[in-house]
Amino acid sequence: MLSLIDRRMGIFLAGLFILTVAIPIGNLAMEGQPVPSYAVSLLGKYLCYALLAVALDLVWGYCGILSLGHGAFFALGGYAMGMHLMREIGDRGVYANPDLPDFMVFLNYQELPWFWWGFDQFWFACLMVLAVPGTLAFIFGWFAFRSRVTGVYLSIITQALTYALMLAFFRNEMGFGGNNGLTDFKDVLGFSLQTDATRAGLFILSAIALATGLLIAKAITASKLGKILIAIRDAESRTRFIGYRVEGYKLFVFTVSAMMAGVAGALYTPQVGIINPGEFSPANSIEIVIWVALGGRGTLVGAAIGAILVALAKTLLTGWIPEIWLFALGALFVFVTIFMPKGVLGVIENIAPKRPKPAEAPA
Amino acid sequence: MLFRALIACLLLLASLAQAATFEELAAQLPEGKFDDRAKVVEAIAGTGNPAAVPLLEALAEGDLQTLKADDRLIRVTKENKKTIAYDALSGERIGEIGRRDGRKVKVNNGLRRTIRAALSVLTLRDPNPFKRIEAAEAAFKSADAEQLPALKAALEAEENPTVMAALTTAIAATTLSSGEPTQAKLEAISLMREQGDQQALSVLAPLMENEELGEAATEAVAAIERSQALWGIGQNVWYGLSLGSVLLLAAIGLAITFGVMGVINMAHGELVMIGAYTTFAVQEVIRNSAPELFGYSLLIAAPLAFLVAGLTGVGIERGVVRFLYGRPLETLLATWGISLILQQTVRSIFGPNNREVGNPDWMSGAFELGQITITYNRLWILIFALIVFFGLLMVLKRTPLGLQMRAVTQNRAMAANMGIRTGWVDAMTFGLGAGIAGLAGVALSQIDNVSPNLGQSYIVDSFMVVVFGGAGNLWGALAGAFSLGIANKFLEPYTGAVLAKILVLVAIILFIQKRPRGLFAVRGRAVEA
Repeated sequence: MLSLIDRRMGIFLAGLFILTVAIPIGNLAMEGQPVPSYAVSLLGKYLCYALLAVALDLVWGYCGILSLGHGAFFALGGYAMGMHLMREIGDRGVYANPDLPDFMVFLNYQELPWFWWGFDQFWFACLMVLAVPGTLAFIFGWFAFRSRVTGVYLSIITQALTYALMLAFFRNEMGFGGNNGLTDFKDVLGFSLQTDATRAGLFILSAIALATGLLIAKAITASKLGKILIAIRDAESRTRFIGYRVEGYKLFVFTVSAMMAGVAGALYTPQVGIINPGEFSPANSIEIVIWVALGGRGTLVGAAIGAILVALAKTLLTGWIPEIWLFALGALFVFVTIFMPKGVLGVIENIAPKRPKPAEAPA
Repeated sequence: MLFRALIACLLLLASLAQAATFEELAAQLPEGKFDDRAKVVEAIAGTGNPAAVPLLEALAEGDLQTLKADDRLIRVTKENKKTIAYDALSGERIGEIGRRDGRKVKVNNGLRRTIRAALSVLTLRDPNPFKRIEAAEAAFKSADAEQLPALKAALEAEENPTVMAALTTAIAATTLSSGEPTQAKLEAISLMREQGDQQALSVLAPLMENEELGEAATEAVAAIERSQALWGIGQNVWYGLSLGSVLLLAAIGLAITFGVMGVINMAHGELVMIGAYTTFAVQEVIRNSAPELFGYSLLIAAPLAFLVAGLTGVGIERGVVRFLYGRPLETLLATWGISLILQQTVRSIFGPNNREVGNPDWMSGAFELGQITITYNRLWILIFALIVFFGLLMVLKRTPLGLQMRAVTQNRAMAANMGIRTGWVDAMTFGLGAGIAGLAGVALSQIDNVSPNLGQSYIVDSFMVVVFGGAGNLWGALAGAFSLGIANKFLEPYTGAVLAKILVLVAIILFIQKRPRGLFAVRGRAVEA
């Protein structure tokens, strides 16, 4: 395990650890609350984004699969958790119906649809957070990789996938709350979502999830399997001719990445308090790509940093001058792709004196 | 029994109509119960006297009065704030009357309905054939048995074949609701069956339970429903072609940049949007300075939109894309960034709301082809899409620029060796694709909301078309656009619009698995490069 922690990973994890300790203390235990409660949830949200970025970096940075549909896996995880939180509301909803969530009463549902069964159990919801995105990714990947859909074509059909899901979830008939999505959550496992302690708890959980995600991704990429993934990224046909079953490796990493994205979504939903079909929009999924590209593709830690930086900039800019945000984001896309192909981390490490050369460098 | 009594009553009425003269009947109008007066109105219409039309119209409008002095029927109109009376029968001007000189002839809604039906019979003799057709159609809808003699008389006097056809169906429909013998009704049913539209169906459907006519009516209904199903398919094909033409317009520029150059241009949708906003700007200028040119606004906007979008495209290519050749995924991201910038620019200039783009006269309205309704704007867009498509094909196959484009696409290094300025060709190709996106914007402004998000709603669809059809092949884009459009419209009646779209997307995703390079794949070594 320790062998996985190289210099950049070490620095990042140390920083994350300090944050994880300092933020809750600043919020809960110190006089005058130097860290306001909303900031805890906001930072928790950034950490979810960071985990999502790590998930994408795993497939894009190490295996060359540019998925423009990772937002779909994220949203599916979020919905799975959201469904549990809806069931937790019980009869405290506006309509006080003990069996049905509010929106179902509103839409004249007589009984709970079958795909909502089991979501009143926390363990079941947690299982679904992993299983639903994982299964979707497995089925999708099984078809796509086996028939050797690669490059831009793959990107476009992943985009179509998330677009189709968005359209589907916008429909009221689907039984997922239509365009309002799922919201008005009360508590999770008995802890009220409105209290500072629960928020701090979720923040710590997000940090742990991010650290775990980073370590798992690192473990995968540092193994022999990881080397094959990089080989596939750099020369897919050649790897296949050597005798590796390329599609199996791709399928594995794609599925793992989707599950990771699902976990990020599941942590995101309670902290933001709502999950709606807008999360499936293709624009969201492309934004994830820029997080990774900005931070440094194929660096894992960089992806996490990129996500946090962009999300922070978005919060600040949209609060400050809303019109400028899209200009800034657009310019960021152009600037990073042309001038910073290795991302922020690449720039920093070019300037900083080098110790042992990092093994992975994206082509 | 009741039926017989009714017929007897009707026969009595008919004899009444023949017996009494127009003047005598008119004199009966002001007095009596509304029901009786309704019969009088019908009898008046039955005389076919030309003076009946203004008389009944005046009655329906409430302008008919009787003079207290001599009980003469008068028609009053307001002229220069004075009430002027005319003799209701002869039309002769009587002169100004005071407010208390006349007594208004009362009219209620039931009577007005009767009057309208009666008027429609009278207009059957109107000198204007279009009026006569309208009257025949009105008679068809009301299917009033009492109008039957008038309709038959009108048919005998009629010479215009179109009006005759309309009258024949009106008579058939009326016959079915009258006391005519069974044989006549059976003939009427077969006539209805030939007409075979929704109206005929509504006439025949109630007869299916009838003892004598039931069998014939049921058969006729079945036959009509079969033919309507066929027309329904035709209508769906038309809707599909119409949607396909929109998809083709949106995707065709992409087929150049993505298909020919291999560049993923995510800002393509925004170039479409720029074209739409150019149309808006042109129309604004025309509205403010030269409203008489409004009919030509689209013709003016089209070349301008091509230029504006094309120049933007050249700017994008020179400024960003050329640094990223050979790195398709990075190009995708950079052009996405550009799309965000373009969106926000337009939002800052024109505001975030939908902008109103008007349809010129020749783009509005619709016509019927058999039982298919075709709107002019959709028809023009289909024609426009095909013109753009074949125009583009000509440019690629028949011009020096097209030749150079294909040369650079196939082998950049060799093309450069032959003296082709590859950079210039790249810029022109990209500009051409962008310009065509602008043209698409002009067309889309006619059927869609012009807002900064216009492009976003087409980008996924247009990529689907190109990917489905096969990149690098314009014919693929054509086939892709129309087959996706038609598939969508055929699914819609069963699944609803959104689910149809989802199913088509899923179908494409599955299709790509089977044929990763699309319908019309380019074969050869270059593919794997």
